Amino acid sequence: MFRYLMRRLLAAAVILVVISAITFVTFFALPTDPALLACGKTCSPSRLAEIRHALGLDKSLATQYWEFFKGLFVDRTYGDQSITVHCNAPCLGVSFQSDTPVLTILLGDFPVDLSLGTGAAVIFLVVGVGLGMVAATHKGKAADKVAVSASLVGVSLQIYFVGLLLMWAFVDKWQILPAPSYTPLTQDPVGWFQGLLLPWATLVVIYLAFYTRLSRSSMLETLGEDYIRTARAKGLPMRRVILKHTLRAAITPIITIFGMDLASLIGGTAVITESVFGLNGIGKQAVDAVTNSDLPVTMGTTLFAAAAIVVFNIIVDMAYGIVDPRVRLA
Amino acid sequence: MAIELPPQTADGTAPSAFLDVRDLQVHFPTEDGLVKAVDGVSFTLEKGRTLGIVGESGSGKSVTSLALLGLHKGTRAILSGEIWLDGEELVALPEPAMRALRGEKVSMIFQDPLSALHPFYMVGNQIAEAYLVHHKASKKEAKDRAIDMLKRVGIPQPERRVNDYPHQFSGGMRQRAMIAMSLVCNPELLIADEPTTALDVTVQAQILDLIHDLQQEYGSAVIIITHDLGVVAQTSNDILVMYGGRCIEYGSVQDVLNHPEHPYTWGLLQSMPSLSSDVHTKLNPIKGNPPSLINLPSGCAFSPRCAFKDRVPGGRCMTERPELRPMAGNDQHIAACHLADDEKTDRVAK
Amino acid sequence: MNTTESSPEQQTGSVAQPGSGENLLEVSGLQMHFPIRQGIIFQRQIGAVRAVDGIDFAVKPGESLGLVGESGCGKSTTGRLVTRLLEPTAGSIRFDGEDITHKPVATMRKARQQLQMIFQDPYSSLNPRHTVGTIIETPMRLSDITPKQGHKKRAQELLEIVGLNPEHYNRYPSEFSGGQRQRIGIARALALKPKLIVADEPVSALDVSIQAQVVNLLQSLQEEMGIAFLFIAHDLAVVRHFSQRVAVMYLGKIVEVGNRTDIYQRPRHPYTHALLSAVPEANPDGGGRERIRLAGDVPSPIGPPSGCRFRTRCWKAQEKCASDEPPLLQISGNSAGHLTACHFPEEPSITARDEVIILDPALAALEE
Repeated sequence: MFRYLMRRLLAAAVILVVISAITFVTFFALPTDPALLACGKTCSPSRLAEIRHALGLDKSLATQYWEFFKGLFVDRTYGDQSITVHCNAPCLGVSFQSDTPVLTILLGDFPVDLSLGTGAAVIFLVVGVGLGMVAATHKGKAADKVAVSASLVGVSLQIYFVGLLLMWAFVDKWQILPAPSYTPLTQDPVGWFQGLLLPWATLVVIYLAFYTRLSRSSMLETLGEDYIRTARAKGLPMRRVILKHTLRAAITPIITIFGMDLASLIGGTAVITESVFGLNGIGKQAVDAVTNSDLPVTMGTTLFAAAAIVVFNIIVDMAYGIVDPRVRLA
Repeated sequence: MAIELPPQTADGTAPSAFLDVRDLQVHFPTEDGLVKAVDGVSFTLEKGRTLGIVGESGSGKSVTSLALLGLHKGTRAILSGEIWLDGEELVALPEPAMRALRGEKVSMIFQDPLSALHPFYMVGNQIAEAYLVHHKASKKEAKDRAIDMLKRVGIPQPERRVNDYPHQFSGGMRQRAMIAMSLVCNPELLIADEPTTALDVTVQAQILDLIHDLQQEYGSAVIIITHDLGVVAQTSNDILVMYGGRCIEYGSVQDVLNHPEHPYTWGLLQSMPSLSSDVHTKLNPIKGNPPSLINLPSGCAFSPRCAFKDRVPGGRCMTERPELRPMAGNDQHIAACHLADDEKTDRVAK
Repeated sequence: MNTTESSPEQQTGSVAQPGSGENLLEVSGLQMHFPIRQGIIFQRQIGAVRAVDGIDFAVKPGESLGLVGESGCGKSTTGRLVTRLLEPTAGSIRFDGEDITHKPVATMRKARQQLQMIFQDPYSSLNPRHTVGTIIETPMRLSDITPKQGHKKRAQELLEIVGLNPEHYNRYPSEFSGGQRQRIGIARALALKPKLIVADEPVSALDVSIQAQVVNLLQSLQEEMGIAFLFIAHDLAVVRHFSQRVAVMYLGKIVEVGNRTDIYQRPRHPYTHALLSAVPEANPDGGGRERIRLAGDVPSPIGPPSGCRFRTRCWKAQEKCASDEPPLLQISGNSAGHLTACHFPEEPSITARDEVIILDPALAALEE
């Protein structure tokens, strides 16, 4: 198990290096010049050259990438005589825009997406699987039809619409909830919860439909398995047949998809939700970085999202090994 | 032996036989029409004896076995007729009472032990679970019971193997574990649905003997459902041949296999190669294909494939469904065929 | 363990095929080891499934050789090797005088036409999107063969030969029953007038009443067209009915080979005895056959037992069986062409012996 984990982490590191290189090259293939943006409206050629030098853009692509890579292990110092920025290892670079080390930016934004993504994911997983289970065990009856049509409505809604509707209803009209914002959990748990409730609800509405349908079909498939018939033939009560024998097997395909969804939520794909509710997360940071040609931040957010996917992939595979004894992790 | 003609009217009184199935029907409404998977099957079975139910795919043999376990309750299947088990009628029995019987008084061995055992739970736990449902016992007692059962069915090192998962067992061992699970509550009626079809021939011989020897020890009634007349000949006292959801021949194994009375039964026997048949004569197959249950032929379901239907005057085979009747003056051997005894002269001749 | 090199006796054994005459198919030292690899980026081989582990046999023109054995014995792998669906790890396959062991399928035109295969599952071996006509014509078109009467006519002829209605040329496989689909597969195999058909469990997926129809069809093809068969099946009675000669396989090896009477009436290998005694016969009065009940299942072909592979389940096994692998020979008492790989062979009879052999511990305990 330990050796398996080590091997997987090694492979993950290789993947991240490859992704960073691709991002790096792609960035420079873009027509915009970050130095020109930083230089401002009245830009003299000498000032531009200075900025290029300060940002390290005058060096060759390979040297720049090598310095970025070296920064993961060795401290780096940026800038010219006027401003110097020190970036401690592991250094992912320093933002062209704010002169802040990228890692500091990421660590500042990360808790927002962690709270947003995890909270929503837990709710849509539990409620979705629950609804799917009810629908599957009442196939063709009223409960099934309600669950299926409700999920159909959910799947066709858009975040802009749901988010703004919820805001209007709960914040403006009934004034039950404060305007959504992020308060760290450690500071004020109640504020954290209240501030994130509407963003969660929005994400849940969008994802719930998918999970309900997925777990419904997975449950139905498992209910048709021979070993479920065996469980019934043993004289087990239907409750136990469903909750123990069926759910355990039906959940495995859901685990994979859930892991990937959670990883991308934490990695910043909830960017629309972030912007609808004015939350400053990784997703918003990434969009800003690309519009501002801020290479280090673009690299940082891309790598962060990739790392989230890669790490959750490993977690999913290990979870599989625990749930399904036939999967040997070797 | 207790073979009776099906009673013309159900009198609702408990019969004397341990298991008495009367005019059992299992129908499934589908979009294409009503599928009469089982359409009026009757038989009796005493403890200590084995009944073989034989048929091809779609003959209704497996559906019959699931009906005996009450596993159609809560589905769209429509059941009618009576199933009397030890003085209790099961078709009308409410689900909670039926559930109490399942695994305890009636238990089942399924065809493919790899898919019939839950892949995520240890073999021992699955056996212990079957025990705990019906008995007040500690988990430790149930596990000891599981180890004991595994030992009886011939699993080597049962103390260790009890913690294995099904995929760690070989095919034969999985079927042994399945047998251990079905016997853990000492059932009085054991139903084995194609118990050896998924197994190799040397393992099949071990498992069939094991079921037989365990039956002698427990004194239970056994129903073996199979497509293989050889398996029935080796294991059963009585045999019931099904075709198109109906019983077409029923009697002792000796009577039915040595003197088959229905053209389908003797067709089956003639189409099977054996280890002693003459290799230079061709097999004598039954022509055509098994019928669709949605659109059964009128009259005798076998008539489109029957080589003898022209010997019955008036085309009755195509219009009139033959009733089960005693054959050759032996009221312990019944078959559903219009053919007169003296027209069956060449049934064994090739 | 003696696996790859063959001892001198074994060579004598393999040469001693019945009669003289040209063999249509000659297989010698055939071996198929499937590697077991481990690792995610860097894979290394940690073992091998020794599915077929050095076998020799020959099929004469027009003859049917039956290959019987239980799961994991390598009989299906052998069929796939002979038809070049798999690349053998060692040994040679000669077909019609030509060495086809490693020939790329594209260049072995003649052999490819004359060596056809029928598969077990009539449901998955026919493309559901093609009409029956297309399915049967494809082999002809791929080999650039245009029959003088034209493709369609020929396909309809073939349909008639296998007992299907030629009018059904434009139908799809889903409109046919299992037995009829198997007939379509047979028509496809016949399209190029093959000399040898490898039939892998051709009837085991069919209902009992349909099996006989297909066996009879194959038998008449053999007799009327002189097609040779490598008939692979687990059903000993079907093999006996169809094959003039029979080879019994166990864990990747041929343990006994001979003509039908040798194998079924005068078997010498204990495994052949055990197999035959296990067949349930539809004869309620027994029949005075011996009763042998082995213990456990066939061992894994990943690490097969040393010496004689059957020794772990054999009632006659001695020390020699663990150390020396018995060669496949015409042992004393065997007729010509009847080869047995056993150090301590059984009497050539299948009638009941004085004592039943019960190796299964559970049965032994219950029957005490």
